[in-house]
Amino acid sequence: MLVNEIINAKDLPVMEFDGIIVGGGGAGMRASLQLAESGLNTAVISKVFPTRSHTVSAQGGITCAIQSDDPDDDWRWHMFDTVKGSDYIGDQEAIEYMCSEGPKAVFELEHMGLPFSRTEEGRIYQRPFGGQSKDYGKGGQATRTCAAADRTGHSLLHTLYQANLKAGTNFLNEWFAVDLVLNSDKAVVGVIAFKIETGEIYYIKSKATVLATGGAGRIYASTTNALINSGDGIGMALRAGMPVQDIEMWQFHPTGIHGAGTLVTEGCRGEGGYLLNKDGERFMERYAPNAKDLASRDVVARSMALEILEGRGCGPNADHIFLRLDHLGPEVVHKRLPGITELSKTFAGVDPAVQPIPVVPTCHYMMGGIPTNINGQVISVENGEDKIIDGLYAAGEVACVSVHGGNRLGGNSLLDLVVFGRAAGLYIEESMKQGVELKNASHDDIDKALERLNKLNASTEGDQVAVLKEKMQQNMQNNFGVFRRGDLMEKGIDELAKTREEVDSIFLQDKSATFNTARIEALEMQNLFEVAEATAITANERKESRGAHARDDFTERDDDNWLKHSIYYADTKEVSKRDVNYRPKTVQAFQPMVRSY
Amino acid sequence: MSAAAIPVEHIKTITMSIYRYDPTVDKKPYMQDIVVEIPTDKDIMVLDALHLAKNQEPSLSYRRSCREGVCGSDGMNINGKNGLACVTPLSEVLKRGKITLRPMPGLPVVRDLIVDMKQFFDQLEKVKPYLITKSDSPDMERKQTPEEREELDGLYECILCGCCSTSCPSFWWNPDKFLGPAALLQSWRFIADSRDEATEERLDDLEDAFSLYRCHGIMNCVSVCPKGLNPTEAISNIRNKLLTREKA
Repeated sequence: MLVNEIINAKDLPVMEFDGIIVGGGGAGMRASLQLAESGLNTAVISKVFPTRSHTVSAQGGITCAIQSDDPDDDWRWHMFDTVKGSDYIGDQEAIEYMCSEGPKAVFELEHMGLPFSRTEEGRIYQRPFGGQSKDYGKGGQATRTCAAADRTGHSLLHTLYQANLKAGTNFLNEWFAVDLVLNSDKAVVGVIAFKIETGEIYYIKSKATVLATGGAGRIYASTTNALINSGDGIGMALRAGMPVQDIEMWQFHPTGIHGAGTLVTEGCRGEGGYLLNKDGERFMERYAPNAKDLASRDVVARSMALEILEGRGCGPNADHIFLRLDHLGPEVVHKRLPGITELSKTFAGVDPAVQPIPVVPTCHYMMGGIPTNINGQVISVENGEDKIIDGLYAAGEVACVSVHGGNRLGGNSLLDLVVFGRAAGLYIEESMKQGVELKNASHDDIDKALERLNKLNASTEGDQVAVLKEKMQQNMQNNFGVFRRGDLMEKGIDELAKTREEVDSIFLQDKSATFNTARIEALEMQNLFEVAEATAITANERKESRGAHARDDFTERDDDNWLKHSIYYADTKEVSKRDVNYRPKTVQAFQPMVRSY
Repeated sequence: MSAAAIPVEHIKTITMSIYRYDPTVDKKPYMQDIVVEIPTDKDIMVLDALHLAKNQEPSLSYRRSCREGVCGSDGMNINGKNGLACVTPLSEVLKRGKITLRPMPGLPVVRDLIVDMKQFFDQLEKVKPYLITKSDSPDMERKQTPEEREELDGLYECILCGCCSTSCPSFWWNPDKFLGPAALLQSWRFIADSRDEATEERLDDLEDAFSLYRCHGIMNCVSVCPKGLNPTEAISNIRNKLLTREKA
C-alpha cells in the first residue's frame, strides 16, 4: 500500500486514552509510570522502542543531595549551585522544587531496581561534578552526583521501562506523533500519529497530552545527541501557536570525542581527570583558579575554544584538547568509567588508561524549551501575562520549567527528567480525579492538524531532506556556536529564511506505507528547522553574554535589560521578555552575583 | 557526513550489498549493490556508510538512534555475523571493497534491514524483567554492598539489541517456547540482585523443557554480543540454581 493521498478527519480512526505521553525517554516514562500506577489508561507514543531513547546515553549521573558521600549535604546548597550555574535566569521556585523533591525521586528509582554503584556502607555512590559546592559556594567542591558507573542514563531508562511494564502502561512503540490537535478553545485534545510499521494514521484523543520528546541537538553539525533528537515536541508546539523560552541557550559540552562527537562524561573530570593544551598545560587553572576543570560547562567549553583559537590546540591541525585520565590508574578508569573506556577505544582509538582522549566542545543540551510551571502545564504569554494551555504538558529537555536557565549543571538533566516527569504525572492524576472537561475537536480542527502530513504525503516535487539538513546544520554550527556575533548571526538568519519555503515543501519520493524512514526524516527535518530558526532569531535578540550564550559584540552580562527569559513565537517570529521567578517558597531568593569559579 | 565535503584524492568507492524488501512494492526480497564513496584518510563505521547509501537511495530502511553502541537499534547481520552497525569499523569488515548487510536472522522482516522484534520482546516480558520486592521500601535506598552490586556487572549493561537471540539456533527453532539468551540474561540479572525477593517464583517459571533447557551451549550469543556480555554463563548460573534448589 502507498500513502500518497490527502486523508480527511472524517475517515480517520480514533484511539482514546486518559493520558498520552509523546516520547519514551526518562521524562516520558516517569510521567507514564505515575499515571499508569494511579489506574489511568495511559499510553506512551514513542518513535523508537523506549530503551532506544536518548536518555540511554547519559553517563555520569544524577545530581541530588541524598547525603550519602557527605551526611551534612544540603539540598539548598544544590539549589544555590543550580541558580548560579543558570547565570541567574533559572526559575527559583522550580529549582527549589527540583532540589528538595530530588531525594524522594532518586530513592524511588532505587526502589524500582536502578543498579546504582555503591559505597562501602551500601549506600548510593556519589561523585563530584562541575559547578558543585558545599555551603553556598564557600565550602569547596561537593560530591553530589549519584552514579551507576558511567552508565547512569542507560540504567535509569531501562529501570523506568521495566517499572512501566510492571505497571501495565500501554506502549505505542514505533509510532510517530505528527502534530497536536486543538479544539475551538485552543485547548489540546490529543495528537495525530501514525504507526511506523504500517503507515496507518490515527487521531489519538486524550484530555492530557504530555510532550516529552527530548532535545534537538541535531540542528548542529557536531553534537553528542542521538540521530533521533529532532525537536519533535518543539516543532509541534510552535506550529500550534505555543511559545518557546530561552531557546537561544544551547550547552556545548566540553568533552565530545574529536571527530565523532560522542560524549565523554564530566564524571571523568569528577574522578580526577583534567584537560591539557598542546604545551601540556592544565590551562583551566588559569581560567577558573578554584574549580579548575570542574567549573561550569559553559566556562570550560569557552576556555577550551579559546585555547584552540589562540593556537594551543593539540594534534596536527591544533584543533582539539586532550583529556588526561591515565594518572588515575587502570583500576579507577576501568571500574568507574567502563563505558568511556569502550567509547574511547571505538571512536578515538585510545585506551584512556594509557593515552589521553582527544576532545572538543560539542553541542549537547537545549536549556530552553516549551515554558511550563512546576506541574508541567504549558504556559503561553499573552500581553505579558502567563496563561495556562489546557490539556498540554511538557517535561524533560523539551520543557523549560526553567531549572537550567542559561547553563545546565552536569547531572541535573536526569534529575529534571524524573522530578518533573513525576510532577506532571501527579498533577494530571489529581486533575483527572477532579474531572476535566474539554470540548471535542471538530473535523475542521483535526483536518488542521493533518495538514503538514497530508502535504508531505501528496508531494510530487521539491527538495530532498539530506541536502536541506546539511545546509542547516552547517549554518547553525558556523554562526550560532560557542561564540556568537551579530553580523554572522544575521547572515545565518537570512540563510534560514531563504530555505524556509523549501523545508515546508519537502519532496517525499518514497510513498510506501511500510516502515518508511524517509517519511520520518522529512517530518523530523521540519521540526529541526523550527528549532533552528527559533534559536537563531532569539540568539540575535539577546544582546548580552550570559550562561552558554557568549557574544563577541556584547561581552558582558546585562542584568538591567536581560535578567529575563526570552519568549519566541513562530507565527510572528518576534522575541519578547518574561520575568524570571525569584520567589522560592521556603528559602530566601539567591540574588545575582558575579559568577566566578 | 557528506561525501561531497571530502577532497577527491581521499575518496575510494566500496560496494554495499544490501538486503532489500519492501512488501508494499516488492514481490520478493533481493540483494541490491549500492556503490558509495568513502574517505580513505579515516575509518568510518558501517552505520556511516549506510547513511551515505541512504543519501543515494532514500528508500533504504534501517533503524538507528544513538550511533554509539548504547541504544541497541542497529543490530544487523554484517558479512554473516550479527553486530551493531554503529560500532563496527568498516575497515574490519570490508572484504575486497565489499560488505554484505542483511537483517538479523530468525525474525520476520518488516522492510530491508528492519525485523519485527515482537517475539524477542514477548520473551523478555515473560521473565518479569523488573525488580520484585515484598517487604516495605525504606525511606532511603535499599542497602547493597559493593560486592552484591558487582554481581550485576555483565548483566545490567544489556541493550536489548537482539544480536544474541537472533544468532541462536535454539531460538530460531523455538522462538515462542525457548526464551532466548537476551531474556535469560535479564532473568539472571534479577535473580542475582540482592534486592529482589522473587527468586523462587522466577525459578518456578523457568522449570520446563523449553524456556531455559533448550540452550545447548552453542555460544553464538557470546561471540556476537556487542557489549561483551555472556548470556551462556547467565544461563548456566540459572541451571545451577535450579539444580541446587532441587537437592535442598
